[in-house]
Amino acid sequence: MAFTNRKTYTPFIGRYDPCQPIRVKTYETPPHLYLGFQPPGLEQFSPKEALKRGTLWKALYSPYTSPYGDYR
Amino acid sequence: MWVYEKKLQYPVRVSQCNPRLAKFLIEQYGGADGELAAALRYLNQRYTIPDKVIGLLTDIGTEEFAHLEMIATMVYKLTKDATPEQLKEAGLGAHYADHDKALFYHNAAGVPFTATYIQAKGDPIADLYEDIAAEEKARATYQWLIDMSDDPFLNESLAFLREREVVHSQRFREAVEILKEAREQKRFF
Ligand SMILES: [Fe+2]
Repeated sequence: MAFTNRKTYTPFIGRYDPCQPIRVKTYETPPHLYLGFQPPGLEQFSPKEALKRGTLWKALYSPYTSPYGDYR
Repeated sequence: MWVYEKKLQYPVRVSQCNPRLAKFLIEQYGGADGELAAALRYLNQRYTIPDKVIGLLTDIGTEEFAHLEMIATMVYKLTKDATPEQLKEAGLGAHYADHDKALFYHNAAGVPFTATYIQAKGDPIADLYEDIAAEEKARATYQWLIDMSDDPFLNESLAFLREREVVHSQRFREAVEILKEAREQKRFF
């Protein structure tokens, strides 16, 4: 399976749950959880790009969009 | 001492008058995992932590005040032109009764800020682990705020703030490594 920073799990769904069940739940595992002590010489964004994204380091960039996008 | 630059760390633009969002955003202003708590937590820990990581706490603690200013700007923009009627509809009637449109350090549910939100154990590892947890909680708060906001401009600023929490967490994790083994390696900010 391809690596992703959003993990999924499938909780138990009861027969009489009052709300429309969300069958697949998600949680975030951003890139810094895997980096360890940052090694020297990693790839950088351009200064302008870095200011916009909030990090100089490509390895630390963590985009986020609502996982509820599909339900809305 | 500090040197102040009269500009925001990242521009804050709001696309629509939506005071309800302000009510949620205030969580990051005066909430337990908000920017005020973060700034006070880190700057206070500096005095009782090994020299090697004092600079990091100063840098990140200072940056948290820049984030606080961004959140304040968002809240201000979302509420400044709202009528009392609109504020009431947005669930901000209780806030208006006490504060008019003044900002106040409380969380999204109106609970006032308290120093008990921050810890200072004096044990460097315990304190840094607390800082890492605080960054992850702030990151999560920004996620929940983005989930509830449909303002694309605001979400850009919130995504920036969330990214900074990721970077801060990374640096605190590195600080733990530095204290674990006094290693001779350059640090990158
Ligand atoms: Fe932070």
